Amino acid sequence: MQIYLPIAEMSVSVFVLLGLGAAVGFISGLFGIGGGFLMTPLLIFIGIPPAIAVASQMAQIVASSTTSGLAAFRRKALDLKLASLLTVGGLVGTGLGIWFFAAARAAGQLDIVIVVSYVTLFSVVGGLMLIESVKEYWSSRKGTVRSRRRAGEHPAYLGLPLRMRFHRSQLYASVIPLLGVAFFVGFAGAVLGIGGGFIMVPALLYLFRVPTSMVVGTSQFQILWASTAALLLHAIANQAVDAVLAFILIIGGVFGAQFGARASRHLRADLFRFLLALLILGVGLRFAIELVLRPTELFSIANGG
Amino acid sequence: MQAPRLSKSSDTRFSSGSLCAAVIAMIVALLVALLATGTARAEGLVISLSNHQVMITSNFTGSQVTLFGAVQRDEQTIARTTGYDVAVVVRGPRFNEVTIRRKERLGPIWINRTQETFEDVPRYLAILSSRPLDDLTSEIMRDRLRLGLDPRIAMQMPPEEADALQEAQQDPDYAEALVRLRMQDGQYFEIGRGVTFITPMIFRAAIPLPAGAPPGNYEVETLLFADGVLLARDITNFELVKTGFEQRVAEWAETRAAAYGFITVFLAMFFGWLASVIFRRD
Repeated sequence: MQIYLPIAEMSVSVFVLLGLGAAVGFISGLFGIGGGFLMTPLLIFIGIPPAIAVASQMAQIVASSTTSGLAAFRRKALDLKLASLLTVGGLVGTGLGIWFFAAARAAGQLDIVIVVSYVTLFSVVGGLMLIESVKEYWSSRKGTVRSRRRAGEHPAYLGLPLRMRFHRSQLYASVIPLLGVAFFVGFAGAVLGIGGGFIMVPALLYLFRVPTSMVVGTSQFQILWASTAALLLHAIANQAVDAVLAFILIIGGVFGAQFGARASRHLRADLFRFLLALLILGVGLRFAIELVLRPTELFSIANGG
Repeated sequence: MQAPRLSKSSDTRFSSGSLCAAVIAMIVALLVALLATGTARAEGLVISLSNHQVMITSNFTGSQVTLFGAVQRDEQTIARTTGYDVAVVVRGPRFNEVTIRRKERLGPIWINRTQETFEDVPRYLAILSSRPLDDLTSEIMRDRLRLGLDPRIAMQMPPEEADALQEAQQDPDYAEALVRLRMQDGQYFEIGRGVTFITPMIFRAAIPLPAGAPPGNYEVETLLFADGVLLARDITNFELVKTGFEQRVAEWAETRAAAYGFITVFLAMFFGWLASVIFRRD
């Protein structure tokens, strides 16, 4: 069954869109990430113009993070205090990221900025996580239990001034590194057109040692506000939000996200981190391969509107 | 790292102007020739389209407009030893500006490095003919009539500018790539036997509109040939329009962007909330 997308001005199969929404929603619910970095390339692959793909899938991220956020809130798997702090830092970063985006585009260097940051960010984040996972696996096989955090032992950056206590996350840390990470996530998200959950989740896990059970809900809460801001901005500034496309993706996505969230409760923490690492590294490698191989078609049509 | 921009906006009117001038010159030449031979009159064309407005509904997967045509002649029209040939050129709405980028190697990686911008290029271009274009008329004639998918012709570049382009040693690859990419998208095509004669005087052509055809005005130009010589031409139009829900969504997105954005956000959150209620287990 085909449906006409009024803003993208093309017909697409409803079932393909529902399937995409469900698959990305599942991964999003499972790992507590927005899934934009998976959805955008997939939509572009089926022929949706890039600007419309980036903008419309933001609506699905808003919907799926609402669901996940509420579910986490009910399970008390959400640190509202930490999440609010991250949201503030993230919104400042988003603002600056959009300014940087415009500046890079004016300088004609946007393409290389985006491509290189994609590859670097995904490869580095994914690689570090994978190394950590493998180390963890080996030490558990050898029987030496590496306690995740020993009492009285903290990285130095948590001890900077302006310390705050986050009971839910068992965290007593300075707000400076927390705001810094949130700012970076917002900035990178705006430049790359992604929610940034894939940076936020590992940062909370590894840098701040927030318990896995809290990470997903807290990250989803921050993503909800970041994606809402981005969706509004895309609708007002670029008029690139295709409501029909967005709602088919949402319908597929809400189901996928439910099953993903449920699966995440049964997933062992170390396996969770290993799989997330593989996913992020995989996307990074895919972009890297595309960058290195000689393309079959050297030319492309840009802003074909 | 941008290649010199190739601006054609200022030449739009000039382009159609020179086209008109060419047509008038041809018609005058034709009339002069006819007067010289006596009272014989050239053929005329009567064209009719199956519809002048094609609607885009929610299940739009492409459509088709059928063109019917008749060759008009009377007792004074000179007899033709060979049959007639017809070519139909359909030009869709235009890109205001379209940028073609080329990837180049930079160290180990391939990135978009150079680009050229073209203006006023049709987003849809179909050429249907009763015989393949090469057989139909000479290359000079095709060039003059802008008949074919040759990049220079497809882009409606006036011949003077095309020459200037060559002199400036501009890379013609970009224009070729534009045509090639639009052909891959199914928006530029040539159907060598797309016009069929039902009787020696009456013909029909089915103009296909693919699913991704851009909404807007389509100009249909019909050309009548005999022996490779242009005898008559006719221009008519049809429109591809969004209707009902699709039209309202597109209008709102443009004219009430803020409200549209807030409604989208609200609905997305509502669906998200609904899902969390439906799937709630406790």
